Amino acid sequence: MTETVAFTPERLEKVKEIIARYPEGKQKSALLPILHLAQAQFGWLSEETMEYVASLLDLQAVEVFEVATFYTMFHLEPVGKHVIEYCRTGPCVNMGGEKVFAHLKDKLGVEVGQTTDDGLFTVKEVECLAACGWGPCFQIREKYYMHLNDQKVDEIIDDLRKAN
Amino acid sequence: MAEQIKILTPHANVPGIETFEVYKKNGGYAGVEKALKSMSPEDVVEEVKKSGVRGRGGAGFPMGMKWGFLAKPEGVPRYLVCNGDESEPGTFKDHYLMMKIPHLLIEGMIISSFALGANKSFIYVRGELMYVINILEKAIAEAKAAGYLGKNILGTGYDLELIVQPGGGAYICGEETALLESLEGNRGNPRNKPPFPAVKGLYQCPTVVNNVESISTTPWIIMNGGEEYAKIGVGRSTGTKLISASGHVKNPGVYEIELGLSVEEFIYSDQYLGGIRDGHELKAVVAGGSSVPILPKELILKTAAGEPRLMSYESLADGGFQTGTMLGSGGFIAMDETTCIVRNTWNFTRFYRHESCGQCSPCREGTGWMEKVLHRLEHGKGRAEDIDLLVDVAKKIEGNTICPLGDAAAWPVGSAIRHFRDEFEWHVKYPRESSQPDAVYMGQLSTVNA
Repeated sequence: MTETVAFTPERLEKVKEIIARYPEGKQKSALLPILHLAQAQFGWLSEETMEYVASLLDLQAVEVFEVATFYTMFHLEPVGKHVIEYCRTGPCVNMGGEKVFAHLKDKLGVEVGQTTDDGLFTVKEVECLAACGWGPCFQIREKYYMHLNDQKVDEIIDDLRKAN
Repeated sequence: MAEQIKILTPHANVPGIETFEVYKKNGGYAGVEKALKSMSPEDVVEEVKKSGVRGRGGAGFPMGMKWGFLAKPEGVPRYLVCNGDESEPGTFKDHYLMMKIPHLLIEGMIISSFALGANKSFIYVRGELMYVINILEKAIAEAKAAGYLGKNILGTGYDLELIVQPGGGAYICGEETALLESLEGNRGNPRNKPPFPAVKGLYQCPTVVNNVESISTTPWIIMNGGEEYAKIGVGRSTGTKLISASGHVKNPGVYEIELGLSVEEFIYSDQYLGGIRDGHELKAVVAGGSSVPILPKELILKTAAGEPRLMSYESLADGGFQTGTMLGSGGFIAMDETTCIVRNTWNFTRFYRHESCGQCSPCREGTGWMEKVLHRLEHGKGRAEDIDLLVDVAKKIEGNTICPLGDAAAWPVGSAIRHFRDEFEWHVKYPRESSQPDAVYMGQLSTVNA
């Protein structure tokens, strides 16, 4: 574990609160919520971060690795400031999702899994965001963007660029 | 047109209904008051049994019977876990319910936990819905501040702690034992059954896992009685059901319907989906989420016996899987004539290949094989023998895995070939060129079905 990986004091308090939710000896249940916290602070889950989380929960590092690699929400490589996760599944495709997301990738000049040169955007595909009647949709952090078309995509990207 | 009864959503559009104050003003938490102050846990279980309500997550197992199976050893905690890991393509009604009326679920969790003797209960929500998790946590804090959660609720001596647990992005965690593994901080690999969760569930303790919509029915059942609930609906499909509709319809969205409504009225009535988008015609429907068998227009509107098909567990399954389908989770995906069934089947199979946990060989290997074969059919490299190969692989997956994901992957493929074999044969006979626009290829294909 390196010295650089550590939660802020506020997040460390939140970690303690989360661990206390579960019965004594069952602190491993806190792993997913804490991995989400770690990703929110560090942007992605490096080996050092996973070792740090393991130490907080009194787990072996491998126990954290095997969980972090199973769930698709965890980024195991560095990502851009805004991770755009678009739904590639049937109902969104039926509503024109493939064309809208092709436009998104063209606009950003990246393919799935890649990050723009300015480090602002990473594009990922996800399997169904449970917004099928409101598609095509994508998610950026905790926000859902629905009923997307080319124009809306342009506005969202341009607004995020301006905000930086 | 008959006025439809609303059990879950009568106040869904009341401004501020997501807050404790507005929810309570609209009759909220009266079910908790009644259950905890004037009923025993056994009374609550009995009312739920009388209601005949069936699990709304997809399997449709009677909820009261499931509760009745819960083991009650002395000195061992019991748990209620709410399954909010809704991840099946086409299904988004729990998302809607939790986002719009979080206190309804919380009230249901209190009543259900009381009935089951649980003092610590969990709502497991798919991690992608972090904004919904924030809504639920805020609502829980409000309920706790008002004395409906925590120690000695309403002075009755009953204690309950309610915890919202985020998932990490894995469809398989919607399977109840995989969900429990995930809640324990592990990979979401389903467990062998038996033992069932009712005997050995969370932390190897007796546990009930129920869906969001199922738990949200309990306040109404307690306030109005199980017998009143059982009067709504049709046959053994009692009550109302949330249907999430998507695809080529005029009014996609979430609808609460009385079970027994005809499929035709649901699709074509202005009260519901308003028909298929202008200038197009219905081609096929997946009625209960992407895993259930697809049906062509003629069979989704009529049963095997030629009767109008109804939105109910029994009517949708009429005639078995040869002609019928399932109500499942209520994820209703309508497709018009511009939809390529081969492409749609490939898309769904990609989903199941991606989401297989990899524990059972038939599922891990079979979903990959099916996806590869469908990919080459859709991309102009199909072989004549591919169609029967797909049927064979689907049959070898079905029923041969420890959880239902194998069946969920096999049914879309088997049913698509059963009902739309001519389209698969067309793809072999007239290979699709990669540059060919969908509309052009589908236009040529439409001559097959004319």
